[in-house]
Amino acid sequence: MLQQAFSYALLHHAELSAQTRTHVELALGALAIAIALAYPVGVWMAGKRRLSAAAMGVASGLRVVPSLGILALLLPVLGVGTPPSLVALVVLALPPILVNVDAGYRGVDEAALDAARAMGMTNWQRFLRVQTPLALPVFLTGVRGAVVEVIASATLAAFIGGGGLGETIITGMQVNDPAQLLVGGTLVALLALSAELLIVIIEWSIPWRRMAQR
Amino acid sequence: MARIRFEGVRVVYPTASRPAVDGISLTVPSGCLAVLLGPSGCGKTTLLRTVNRLQPIAAGRIEIDGRDTAALDPIVLRRSIGYVIQAVGLFPHLTVAQNVAVVPNLLRWDPRRVAARVDELLASVSLDPAVFRRRFPSQLSGGQQQRVGIARALAAEPEILLMDEPFGAVDAIVRGSLQEETLALQRRVGATILFVTHDVEEALLLADLLIVMRDGRIEQAGAPAEILTRPATPFVADLVDAGDALRRLSVITLGELLAHGQPAAPEAGSSAELPSLDAGASLRDALAVMLEAGASRLRVLRDGHEAAILDLDTLRGAARR
Repeated sequence: MLQQAFSYALLHHAELSAQTRTHVELALGALAIAIALAYPVGVWMAGKRRLSAAAMGVASGLRVVPSLGILALLLPVLGVGTPPSLVALVVLALPPILVNVDAGYRGVDEAALDAARAMGMTNWQRFLRVQTPLALPVFLTGVRGAVVEVIASATLAAFIGGGGLGETIITGMQVNDPAQLLVGGTLVALLALSAELLIVIIEWSIPWRRMAQR
Repeated sequence: MARIRFEGVRVVYPTASRPAVDGISLTVPSGCLAVLLGPSGCGKTTLLRTVNRLQPIAAGRIEIDGRDTAALDPIVLRRSIGYVIQAVGLFPHLTVAQNVAVVPNLLRWDPRRVAARVDELLASVSLDPAVFRRRFPSQLSGGQQQRVGIARALAAEPEILLMDEPFGAVDAIVRGSLQEETLALQRRVGATILFVTHDVEEALLLADLLIVMRDGRIEQAGAPAEILTRPATPFVADLVDAGDALRRLSVITLGELLAHGQPAAPEAGSSAELPSLDAGASLRDALAVMLEAGASRLRVLRDGHEAAILDLDTLRGAARR
């Protein structure tokens, strides 16, 4: 069966690399949109304690919604193709990023903020030079969670014509070809793992991460 | 040089029933180490934070060298004032050198000047620059962190230094050496220091001017010796434990006693046998030396030369006062 999988991969390598590309594009696109939406909201919420507690409840609630369910709900609204797939993936990626941006900015040492103000930093300097670098490790942890989720779930985009490696897996199921299923599944897993590894390496290369995560 | 003048300063917190600072007027002369002493909640930290405008005031005015601080840009004002707090508040993502360099960099000093200044400052707070420059705050002990905090506060050569219980979180031995170094730094850089503490020993050791606060008001302000010997209210007497004769002796130096009182005339002959002490030593030290040597008289030296002879009766008189 491994051999069958190999020969399938060799035979269809052009198709597979196109699907991988779409898969990565979908995932990165969703991630970028999610960060662009969640980051400013998270920063804003970190300053408001009560609001942040309420919003965190909503965000964790969102996490429970299954990705397939979101796709089904969006289908009548956005139809098929890339847009509904992207929207579904963004919805998935938002909660972990939002939660961690909020936690990251709220977790910055009060004494350091007081010192920054007392030393004559403007609000903007304090945000850029103190809060943001200190919130960065926590933010990256959120991105790591979102990235794995998004890459895994992008498989489902194939159900509504969004493309990606899900296509290989779905055809594999339809024609009952385990080799094809194995190839598709393995590639998705590899993508998710390498994305996670990449972010772990970035996290490790931050010299102050240990101090910030105390 | 920087003289700080408070005039009818009031601070009111929105939720509090009474003002945190209630009409304080006070002048801290240039180069003076003024200690704000009082129980927690007396308003001493709030008063300190009005100087660099971290704390807005509801009424009154604060002048630095005759200039109303309300008219200054708070950002510019804060960059000209050093600030040290108990929690230190070093930036955990910056190295020791980068932490010390924050204000010089905000002021856009030349990088070479900043680097030289950082090394000079680390050395002056007894941290070897070669060892500590590139460390992160989390790799330092509590005492070392506070040394970096002090170096950071002094970085841009401020004429005013605000210190809010800076040694409250370090152990007694480190606290002792940091206090000594603070006094030495004070003499060297000549900054005007406002120092908040609730530790009476610390206040008596450091203060040129001691300000005892209670419920947002000044209970008494004066030299430590004056407050110990003439407490204005029972609260002050109780707080500084003015009944303690040894404590009174510890805040008066031999030089001060001789300046006020009647020094015994130097006698010819036997004085070479007597124990001797510098005029900068406290009466408490003098008593200890005399008890140890079994002598009833002591030579007081100024610049190594005999200035006077002190006897036990004079010492007793000073303790009773």
